[in-house]
This record gives sequence, C-alpha cells and structure tokens, in this order.
Amino acid sequence: MSRQSNRATDSKKMNSELFTLTYGALVTQLCKDYENDEEVNKQLDKIKFTSHVVLHRFFQEGCAAGKITNKMGYNIGVRLIEDFLARSSVGRCHDFRETADVIAKVAFKMYLGITPSVTNWSPAGDEFSLILESNPLVDFVELPDNHSNLVYSSLLCGVLRGALEMVQMAVDVRFAQDTLRGDSVTEIRMKFIKRIEENLPAGDE
Amino acid sequence: LQFLNWLEMADEALFQFLHSEIIQYVNSAEPGESENGRCVSKLENMGFRVGQGLIERFTKDTPRFKDELDVMKFICKDFWTSVFKKQIDNLRTNHQGIYVLQDNKFHLLTQLSAGKQYLEHAPKFLAFTCGLVRGALSNLGVKSIVTAEVSVMPACKEQILCKNIKS
Repeated sequence: MSRQSNRATDSKKMNSELFTLTYGALVTQLCKDYENDEEVNKQLDKIKFTSHVVLHRFFQEGCAAGKITNKMGYNIGVRLIEDFLARSSVGRCHDFRETADVIAKVAFKMYLGITPSVTNWSPAGDEFSLILESNPLVDFVELPDNHSNLVYSSLLCGVLRGALEMVQMAVDVRFAQDTLRGDSVTEIRMKFIKRIEENLPAGDE
Repeated sequence: LQFLNWLEMADEALFQFLHSEIIQYVNSAEPGESENGRCVSKLENMGFRVGQGLIERFTKDTPRFKDELDVMKFICKDFWTSVFKKQIDNLRTNHQGIYVLQDNKFHLLTQLSAGKQYLEHAPKFLAFTCGLVRGALSNLGVKSIVTAEVSVMPACKEQILCKNIKS
C-alpha cells in the first residue's frame, strides 16, 4: 500500500519536472546553436520583437539564446492567457495591484506550483516585484559554463509579457535578482508601461 | 478536488505550449524540406535527455524490475500517466524484444488539424516523445530504438515501437 502511494506522489512530481527538464533541454540546444556569434546575428534579424525595451537589454547582455527564449515565452504567454482565463474564471483586473495578486497567487500556483510574494511597490504603483525562493525553471539544471543565466530567466519574462499584452497591458518584465547568480532569492520586476487600446473596427462609434 | 484536477491539467497545457514552440524553433532553424530529418533528430535527442532526467528522479526508491516486460509495463502505466495523464491503451509484444505501445488519444497531436497536408508534420510532433521513451528506457537499463507513427487522425492513435537492442 505504501509502495503505491510513493509512486503516486512521485508521479505528480515527475510531471512538474517534465516542463522544467524540457526547458532545460531547449536551453542546452539553443546554447549549442548559438555558439557562433555571426550565426547569431543572422538569426536575430529574423525574429520580431514587440518590446524594444527588452530587445535593448538583450543586446547589452549579448545573449542570443536569451532573445530566442524570450520570444518563445512571449508566444507561449499569448496562448497561455486564454487557458488561464478559462480555468481560473478570474474577472478583469481593475488595477495593477489586482493583476499582481492574480499573477502571484493564482497563475504561478496553477502552472508552476509555487506562490511568489508581491513586494517592493513603486510609489506610483506601476512597478512591483515577485519574490521567489528559487528560480522555478532551474531546480535541477546545470548551467553551461560560459552562458548568461539570462537565458533561463527570459522564458518566464516572455510568458508574462505575452500574456499581459493579450489583456491590453504593455509591461516590461525582467529578473532583478537570480539565485543562479548567487543572489539569495529570485526577483522578477514587473513594470506597467501603458494600456494597449483595443482595435475597434472603423465606424463603430 | 475539482481545483486539484485543474491544477494537474494546467501542467499539461504549459508543457503542450512549450513543446509546440520548440518544434517551431527547431523547424525554423533548419529551413527546407530536406531538413525534416535533422529536425526530427534534434527533437528526439532533446526528448532523450528529458526522459533520462525524469526517470533518474522517479525510480530512486522503486525496487528493481523483474524483467524487460515489467519495465515496459512501467512505461505504459506509471511513466505514461505521469507525463501524459493517461495510460497507454494497448501493449503488444512478440516476446522477442519488440513492443508496440498504442495511445488512442495522443494529446500532443491534437493541435494538428485533420487532413493529409498535416500528416507530413506529424513526425516532428512525435519525435520528442520517442526520445522521451528511449531516454527513460535507457536509464532503466534497456537500450532501444523507438519509432512512432500516426495511424488515424484526428483520433491521434500513436503507435510506439520499442525494439530492444541486444548488445
């Protein structure tokens, strides 16, 4: 009987590891693919970004794989939001504070099984931090030596950015602290940029 | 209890989206029809690494398997349920090292529309999973070749062939 229950809990754990391990395999592949810088620049030109702020930072970091995973994250986020809204039956958020709570307490819990805390609000209320005890995507992945850990962070940033864009919010998402870099916690900083106007068909007024 | 079910299905959705993005990426990195084989092989290798990683952690405390068939049953029940939320629907073997696993509703294929033009893309959607199984078997001491085919769409019946390689 106890053997069966061990298997059950292991099953659940194994499933949550599937996403993390798959993401790790993707990053390994990307780092392999983009070892050559010239190749990098060629590939980058093909990729469209919606947030010039994020693009600028990545150029500074010089990590191509990070740009790719951010874009992938964005694509995932754009689809994930529909899935999330269908599952959670959360209504429209009235302000950024409500958004923050929903992201931390509902979305993160639902998809990654963790609940980050929401802190460090800016005085204007347009920027906050999500604090995670660890980086949820890198529990058991080894970081290739000469690659920036920005690569691991950027998928998550992309997902948040893409998802919120679908609910008419343009946000900037970045990692402020990362346990991979030796910080004690992982901190995701989210800044509200502007509301995106929904496109109405001409002559609707 | 309802909420818990939702949480479990959410895992599935997230992985499905990531899987789909990975296929897109690998596809775009290898342009041209002739590169289909390279895509499939890249995806299979990724799956292999993940399969190894999953099993490594899962069977730390599980007692060893009696025989090869026991290993395959584990793949069909515990492993498949953990990864795809259901068991393999049918397992056949010739008792000489060939196993055919059948999943009648393989959810990674459900995104592909029915229709002949999508059948050529099906191998890319199966490659990662083949690697996953091969990687899992590898860590359980079974060296194999894993191939898959889609029998009927949109029923998405997937047959996995595990051929045990005797050294």
